[in-house]
Amino acid sequence: MNPAELLHQLFFDYTVRTVALGTGILGIVSGALGAFAVLRRQSLLGDAMSHAALPGVVGAFMLTGSKAPATLLLGAAISGLAGTLFMIAITRYTRIKEDAALGIILSVFFGFGLMLLTFLQQNPNARQAGLNTFLFGQAATLLASDVRTMAVLGGGAVALMLVFWKEFKLLSFDRDFGGSLGYPMQGLEILLTGLLVVAIVIGLQAVGVVLMSAMVVAPAAAARQWTNALGKMVGLAAVFGAVSGITGAVLSSTGAGLSTGPVIVLCASVIVAISLLFAPNRGLVWNGLRSRRGRSETGI
Amino acid sequence: MPCLEKPVENNLLPLSVADLTVAYQDKPVLWDIDLDVPSGILMAIVGPNGAGKTTLLKAALGLVPMAAGTVRIFGAPYRRQRRLVGYVPQRGSVDWDFPTSVLDVVTMGSYGSLGWVRRPRRREQEAAMDALVKVGMQDYAHRQISQLSGGQQQRTFLARALVQDAQLYFMDEPFQGVDATTEWAIVTLLKELRSQGRTVVVVHHDLQSVPEYFDWVMLLNVRRVASGPVEEVFTEENLRRTYGGRISTLGLNGRARAQAGS
Repeated sequence: MNPAELLHQLFFDYTVRTVALGTGILGIVSGALGAFAVLRRQSLLGDAMSHAALPGVVGAFMLTGSKAPATLLLGAAISGLAGTLFMIAITRYTRIKEDAALGIILSVFFGFGLMLLTFLQQNPNARQAGLNTFLFGQAATLLASDVRTMAVLGGGAVALMLVFWKEFKLLSFDRDFGGSLGYPMQGLEILLTGLLVVAIVIGLQAVGVVLMSAMVVAPAAAARQWTNALGKMVGLAAVFGAVSGITGAVLSSTGAGLSTGPVIVLCASVIVAISLLFAPNRGLVWNGLRSRRGRSETGI
Repeated sequence: MPCLEKPVENNLLPLSVADLTVAYQDKPVLWDIDLDVPSGILMAIVGPNGAGKTTLLKAALGLVPMAAGTVRIFGAPYRRQRRLVGYVPQRGSVDWDFPTSVLDVVTMGSYGSLGWVRRPRRREQEAAMDALVKVGMQDYAHRQISQLSGGQQQRTFLARALVQDAQLYFMDEPFQGVDATTEWAIVTLLKELRSQGRTVVVVHHDLQSVPEYFDWVMLLNVRRVASGPVEEVFTEENLRRTYGGRISTLGLNGRARAQAGS
C-alpha cells in the first residue's frame, strides 16, 4: 500500500480513524507525563508500572467475567499502583536499593500476570480470547467508546498536570526547596505518579504492557534533545508521542497482521534516533562537527 | 495552604532549638541539640563530615522528621513562620541539566508567597531580575542553567533566596567550590543582609575564614560542642573537642585559626 492510500485510510476509513485518534491521544498523554518521569529519573518506574498492570487486567476479568475496557483498565490501574507502592515500601523499609526493587516488582507482577493468563487459556471457556492482546497491544480492537474513555481520562490527567504545573516543576527540580516553602512534596509526588499510572493504563489496550513504558520514555528523551525549556519539552514530547501513535496505528492497520504496540514503539524509536543524532547543541552529529571545527581552528 | 498564613514577626529569637534529636533508622544524627540564635547576626555552623550540619538545617525547616525536641522560628513553629524564612540548599542537591533558565529558577523564590496554582507574573519576574542584579548575574538571566559555572550556580541559588525576602536565612555550604569573585560577592551580600537586621545561619566548611566572615559560630558534632560569639567559643580547645584532635592550629593573631586535617 502506498503512502497516499494510507493517508486516505486515515481520513476516510472509520476504523482506522478511530484507532489513530486513540493512539494519538495515548501518545499525547504518555509523552507529556513521561517528560516529568524522565526528568525525575523515573523512567524505569513506568516500566515496572506497566508490567505490574498485567495481573490487574487478567484478575479483573476473572473476578467480573467482563471484558469491558473500563473494568480491565481499573484492574490495571489498581495493580499498577499496588506494584508502585510495594516498590516504594521495599526501598524505604529494607536495604534493597531502587533498581533491585524495580526488578523484583516488575518480574513478580508480570510473572504472576502471565501465569493467570496461561491458566485462563487452558480453560475450555473461550470468553477469555483477546486478553492476550494486552501483552503486545492491538489497536484494531479500539472502539469509539474506548477512545472516548481514553480522551476523558487522558484529558483529565493532562489538565491536572497543567493546573499544578508550578508545583510539579518545583517537585522535579528542587524538592527540598519546595518542601521548605510549605508545599506537601510527598502528596504532589503521589499525585504526579498517579497521573503517570493513568497515562500508562490508557495505553495498555493499544500498545500492551510489555512496550508501554517506551511510550513514556522515548518521546520525552527525544524532546529533551531539542529544547532547554520545560514547557517546550513537555509540548514536544506530546507531539512526538502523538506522531508515533498515529503513524504506528496506520502502518499496523495495513493488514500485515502486525501488533500495533511494536510498530508504534518503532516509530517513536526512529524519532529518538533522529533526535540523538541531529538535534542542535545536544545531538551527536552536531557535537562531532563542533569539536572538529574547534580542532581545525586551533590547528590541532 | 500553610505558607499563606500570616506569620508573626516579633522580638523573639529568630531561631530557638531545644532538645532536638534526629535519627535515621535508630542511628542518632543529631543528639539533644539546644541552640538560640539572636537577631541580626551571621552565624556559621562548623563540624566534621557527618556531624549533622545539613540535617540540623533540614530539621529546622521541617524537611526531616524530629525524634524529639522543638524548633521555634520567631517564637512559633516553622509551619506558621515559613514566609519569614529563606533557604539555600546545597548546590549539588539539584540536577543542573534540568531544562530551565536562570530567571526561572530565581522566580521560584516567589512560589511560597504565590501559593497554590497561581503562576508568577510580571511582578514576580521583576523581583527575580532585581535579585539577579544584586548577585551580579543580570546578564545571565536567560541562560540555560547547565551553562553556569559552580560560582554562578551558587549565585543563582542566592538570588532565589533573596526573592523570598526573608528575615532568617538558612544556607547550606554557599561557599562550596566557588571562585574567589563569587566568595567575595557572597560575603558582601551576607553583610548587607545583616545590616538590614536579618539573620543568616550558614553551614560552613572552611575554618580559616570563620573569624573573618562570621559573628557567631556553632561547633557541631552530632551534639552541640559550643555556640556563641566567635571570640568566645571559636577556641582551639572547642575545635579539638569538635574534630577529635585532627586539627592543626595556625595560631595567627592570637585567634584560633584552624584547619581541619583529614
